[in-house]
Amino acid sequence: MTLALRSAPTSAGPRRPRRPRGAARNTTFIWLFLTPTVLLYGAFTVYPIISSYVYSLTDWNGFDTDRSFIGMANYREVLADPMFWSSFRLTLTFMVFAVPLQVLATLLLAILLNSPRMPLRKLFRTALFLPVVTTTAIIGVVMQFVFDPASGPVNLALREAGLVMDGIDFLGQSSTALGTTIAVYVWKWFGITLIYWLAALQTVPNEVYEAARLDGAGGLATLRHITVPLLKPFLVIITLLSIEASLQVFDLVLTMTGGGPFYSTEVIEVYIYRWAFAATIPRLGYASAAAVLFGLFIGLVGLLQLLAFRATRRTRGAA
Amino acid sequence: MSPARRNRRTYRRTWGGTLRRLPWWLAAAALAIGCLLWIYPFLWMIAASLKTSAEVFTKGLDLLPGNPQWENYERAWADAQFGKYLLNTVIVTVSTVVIVVVRCAMAGYVLARHEFRGRRVVMGVLVATLFVPAGYTIIPVVDLSQRLGLLNSQTGMILAMSGAANVAAILLYVGYFRGIPKELTESALIDGAGFATVFFRIMLPLAKPVTATVTVLTFLSTWNAFFLPLVFTFSRPDLRTVSVGMLAFVGENTTDWSGMAAAATISMLPVVALFIVLQRYFVEGIAGAVKS
Repeated sequence: MTLALRSAPTSAGPRRPRRPRGAARNTTFIWLFLTPTVLLYGAFTVYPIISSYVYSLTDWNGFDTDRSFIGMANYREVLADPMFWSSFRLTLTFMVFAVPLQVLATLLLAILLNSPRMPLRKLFRTALFLPVVTTTAIIGVVMQFVFDPASGPVNLALREAGLVMDGIDFLGQSSTALGTTIAVYVWKWFGITLIYWLAALQTVPNEVYEAARLDGAGGLATLRHITVPLLKPFLVIITLLSIEASLQVFDLVLTMTGGGPFYSTEVIEVYIYRWAFAATIPRLGYASAAAVLFGLFIGLVGLLQLLAFRATRRTRGAA
Repeated sequence: MSPARRNRRTYRRTWGGTLRRLPWWLAAAALAIGCLLWIYPFLWMIAASLKTSAEVFTKGLDLLPGNPQWENYERAWADAQFGKYLLNTVIVTVSTVVIVVVRCAMAGYVLARHEFRGRRVVMGVLVATLFVPAGYTIIPVVDLSQRLGLLNSQTGMILAMSGAANVAAILLYVGYFRGIPKELTESALIDGAGFATVFFRIMLPLAKPVTATVTVLTFLSTWNAFFLPLVFTFSRPDLRTVSVGMLAFVGENTTDWSGMAAAATISMLPVVALFIVLQRYFVEGIAGAVKS
């Protein structure tokens, strides 16, 4: 009944028998096109997400084939572990310091570099972008040497300038290790945020600036009343991208400090790695529970950002 | 526009004009110093790679080595096997980028331009997993690869990286393909072009800007990849990529600073050179991520 109704409006009598066949062939092609994604993404992203929930309910060392189901015991233990909360806090601290620093500093520089009156701006952009194309893990290792307390160039310069007597062990003491890691992280990824902002600024049409100038608006007034309001939606996207990136700092932290000294830079990923791969008796179930908990947290952050994004879109649509 | 510009040009020659531009030149000077400090770690690294070990310690701040020590490079290339690691990294990165671009473009095309049963489910799953960082799924990935016999192999590493979250790439393609007018494909369909022809001959070439973005971003993330190559090569040192090789190198030779610097330079130089040659594409590709 419904079928007849649906095919009625087509009314292309002679084409009718061919259509279903074409559609069927299309369906085959559609799924053929989706196959690589379904297989790869299914196996290496969707399946792992689901199975980490399953693992988190077991006690499993990775060697034995048998996993004993132990219910919520891993979660209780993770939540009771002060080290978990410490790494949770460190991950958040990392984000809270790195993201605003990166997003705002790059915005200011981008405004400067976007002006056609700025000399040598292409060259500056290249220099600032350079760290982005280098390998993070190698940067981490090189930075160990750059910040070396005895012969690293940073300490040599500080000593030559008479600022310190003995070298500062930037990565070797708990009080400075996290700050140094954040600084290197911001340095490493600064260029990418800068390009985001430059792209955003380019979307503001030149005529708008011309009109503002003709109306007698000065540089600062233009910035406040035109550039900044137009950039708001980009602020949300760029912050979103930066937050997501700041949660993935495993390579830099592991190669620069290894999570130390005294766990002072052990972000969540390093915590998971330590329990799953670096312990003498790996505890994959326990590590999975920690991963699930943090995954839920990231999902929540992502959801909030999505809502914020929707909200800015709506206001832009209304305006 | 032209009278305004001419006006400004004559204005520039006067003293007032020079004074007006002075703040910009001051800013440029400050930025120049800043940028020099910014890339100083690289300059230091290249300098250290040409020094003797003793010089690295005693003349740490001098950028010019007394007598270039090219054997540091020999040591890093052959003894520390960085030649091999570099080749591994190139193989893994190129394969991953090709697989990711092709699979994301195909999926994005189908999701954007075709109605089919299950479309909403596929989209739903993709959006739901948009915010899953790689580190949190590493345990099942390793376990699955082991059971499939893919752990400790280059193929496994490539497949696992190609399957990692590339949702953003698919969504970029979806957005782009949606904006292409229907007439374009309809005329081709009337001419008798098949499903695959429409995609490969018409749609994919049109999507070049998105392909540039996806290529650059995947290239950067794969070349940078560390966690996955690390756990995939625990028992196969010969498959290490440069990032993993670097960590192993300093683990074994803690005092060989010049060797470390040479190895780091070998690992970084190809990408930096590539970047400087293809800078426009890098910049446009990354800019594409926020524009759409």
